[in-house]
Amino acid sequence: MSRVAVLKGGPSLEREVSLRSGTNVELALARLGHEVIPIEADQHLVRTLRETRPDVAFVALHGRGGEDGTVQEILEILQIPYTGSGVLASERAMDKVVSKALFRNAGVPVPPGYAFNKDAFSKMGAADTLPEMQQKLGLPLCVKPARQGSAFGITMVREPGDLGGAILNAMGYDDRVLVERFIAGRELAVSVVMASEPWALPVIEAVPLGRDFYDFEARYTPGETELRPPGDVDDEIIQEAARVSILASRTLECRGITRVDLMLDADDHLWVLEVNTIPGMTDTSLLPKAAEVAGIGFDRVVADMLDLAALDV
Amino acid sequence: MSIHDVTMKSQTPLVGPADAARYDSRFSSLASGTMSSAMRDLMAITEQADVISLAGGLPDTEAFPRAIFEDIMSDLGADFLASSLQYGPTDGMKDLREQIAILMSHEGAHARVDDILITSGGQQAIDLSIRTFVNPGDSVLAEGPTYPGAVPCFTAYGADVTHVPLDQDGMRVDLLEEAYGRLASEGRPPKILYTIPNFQNPAGVTMSLPRRQRLIEFAHANGLLIIEDNPYGQIRFEGDALPTLFELDGGAGWVVYLSTFSKILAPGVRVGWAVAPPAVLRKMNLGKQAADLCSSNLTQRFITEYLRRHDYREHVARVNGIYKARRDVMLATMESRFPASATWTRPRGGLFVWATLPDYIDTKALQAKALERQVAFVPGEAAFLDGRGKSSMRLNFSGVSEALITEGIGRLGEVLSDFCALHETLHPTRS
Repeated sequence: MSRVAVLKGGPSLEREVSLRSGTNVELALARLGHEVIPIEADQHLVRTLRETRPDVAFVALHGRGGEDGTVQEILEILQIPYTGSGVLASERAMDKVVSKALFRNAGVPVPPGYAFNKDAFSKMGAADTLPEMQQKLGLPLCVKPARQGSAFGITMVREPGDLGGAILNAMGYDDRVLVERFIAGRELAVSVVMASEPWALPVIEAVPLGRDFYDFEARYTPGETELRPPGDVDDEIIQEAARVSILASRTLECRGITRVDLMLDADDHLWVLEVNTIPGMTDTSLLPKAAEVAGIGFDRVVADMLDLAALDV
Repeated sequence: MSIHDVTMKSQTPLVGPADAARYDSRFSSLASGTMSSAMRDLMAITEQADVISLAGGLPDTEAFPRAIFEDIMSDLGADFLASSLQYGPTDGMKDLREQIAILMSHEGAHARVDDILITSGGQQAIDLSIRTFVNPGDSVLAEGPTYPGAVPCFTAYGADVTHVPLDQDGMRVDLLEEAYGRLASEGRPPKILYTIPNFQNPAGVTMSLPRRQRLIEFAHANGLLIIEDNPYGQIRFEGDALPTLFELDGGAGWVVYLSTFSKILAPGVRVGWAVAPPAVLRKMNLGKQAADLCSSNLTQRFITEYLRRHDYREHVARVNGIYKARRDVMLATMESRFPASATWTRPRGGLFVWATLPDYIDTKALQAKALERQVAFVPGEAAFLDGRGKSSMRLNFSGVSEALITEGIGRLGEVLSDFCALHETLHPTRS
């Protein structure tokens, strides 16, 4: 039995999701017999950690501050082992631009795309490249903030004139944006346990009900997305999805359990969209579903994450 | 025993996420109809310390005299202890309803004591009136934008809301007539109109007298039932009070009137009221019985005694002075810090300014950016049921000090200018 601090909340846009993940984790840890110390990741975080002196920190934060290496750095300084990826891996995974470049080099299939920061537009006239970008990538496009979780600030561009507006919208969420070819197809998620020999949990498909893409609302509202194993997909493709997901998580040098989001297009090509270093643990999240399908259950996943808790140095 | 011990014990038997699916198929359609998560999550962050929140609708409760509070509370203990701690009648304490009738007469509205139902805040009055009249799919009219807090009620009861645009003189009654005619010709005449004629939330505008008269005439001619919500009528900084729709109705029974003590005294007492014809009031009474049996006797008695001993209008005048100064600061700061492409209302009372930005700005994205600078507002989308309002925002001036308003609006102005400049560079040919 350990004293486990569950870090949740925080100031990111995904605060509410984090609180829901955190509650589920706390309940599981209590069932596992640990002493749970719920900690709100606010401006007193360091002081609270110093006062409570936990054996280990379970990071149930999502988005900026909690998932991008910031909290991880604090835990390194305080020498409190923590769940999930280390500082650099967190930073790499949080930034879709950086991770995409690393994926490309490592042979992980990613949709073609370009990334720009705000200065490129405001100081270097990058707006003039929009027509070329559109021509090279083809419509529809998907515009995303580089460092933002969930579906905040993501816009699909179907009409040629809408790209500028979509970039402006994404810039509300991050100064760097990613413009990608939109991959139509089925949305798959593979949770990877980064043990000494990484292994993948069963592939889960997110089937949005009556919506044009997997948007924020569908992602967190019960009933609006059905999560299920993709029964009719060839085993070969399932194996390949697991392989590239493990490769992607290894490429970023992740720890703990990651969740890799992929698209399976009509030609049976797999595309990796992103790696989440702190997968959602809410009632409607993909990792808990994968654990259920695998027959190992939520508590075992939480126990595994705790076992894999570590420090970079 | 500490809360920590209790929590540790209560956790063990609870269900895990995999079990949560068992509830999904059981949730009622009423429970499923909630505000969009993106909006809810955005708003959750605004409640943190260090954020200058222009998102709330909070009156300044620090202005309430402590001596008066202590005086009344100690008398309640001496004279009304048992009855204050007891259940009360569903329609509310008669003494309070009498005081409300007197209070309403100050606004030129004359209600019968028996036609008044005490509610737990104005919010319950809205909820009860909507659930009394609206079946799923029923056509309903409301201003566009409408009160963001009414949106979940409309959604929960399945109202099919048609928004009626506003301008500086309040709701465009001509457009209301058009909308009504169109819906009636489709065989689904609107069952009710929900309107806030005075210092509308969120727009801050007030319906002119000619429009009020025309609206009542139209309601009488066509049998349109009006829910008049009037929480802000007395939060007036300048100009003369206009007659309520309730008064203009002249007892014809086409207006259900709602109000609250939240803005003129304190929201913490959770006391509001509805005035409706007896047949309607009976249904609302049954709804309230199911919801909470009765509102708090303790706070009803507190308000009754306060109204008996003090002229509440002195308190209102005091807070109005505070709010007026804050409004002035907000408008002046917006004038100097907001880009020229933005427009906004200049409310003569109430709590809110409604700003409309160039249509390429999505105020949800703007809110995300503004939160990095620790400023919050309500994105306009929250005030519509049809996805409109994307480029608008509601700004509250009553709950924040003048210094913080200056700082908050200043930061917002910078974020806005950034957006506008970025838009220019992204659309070079069009600018």
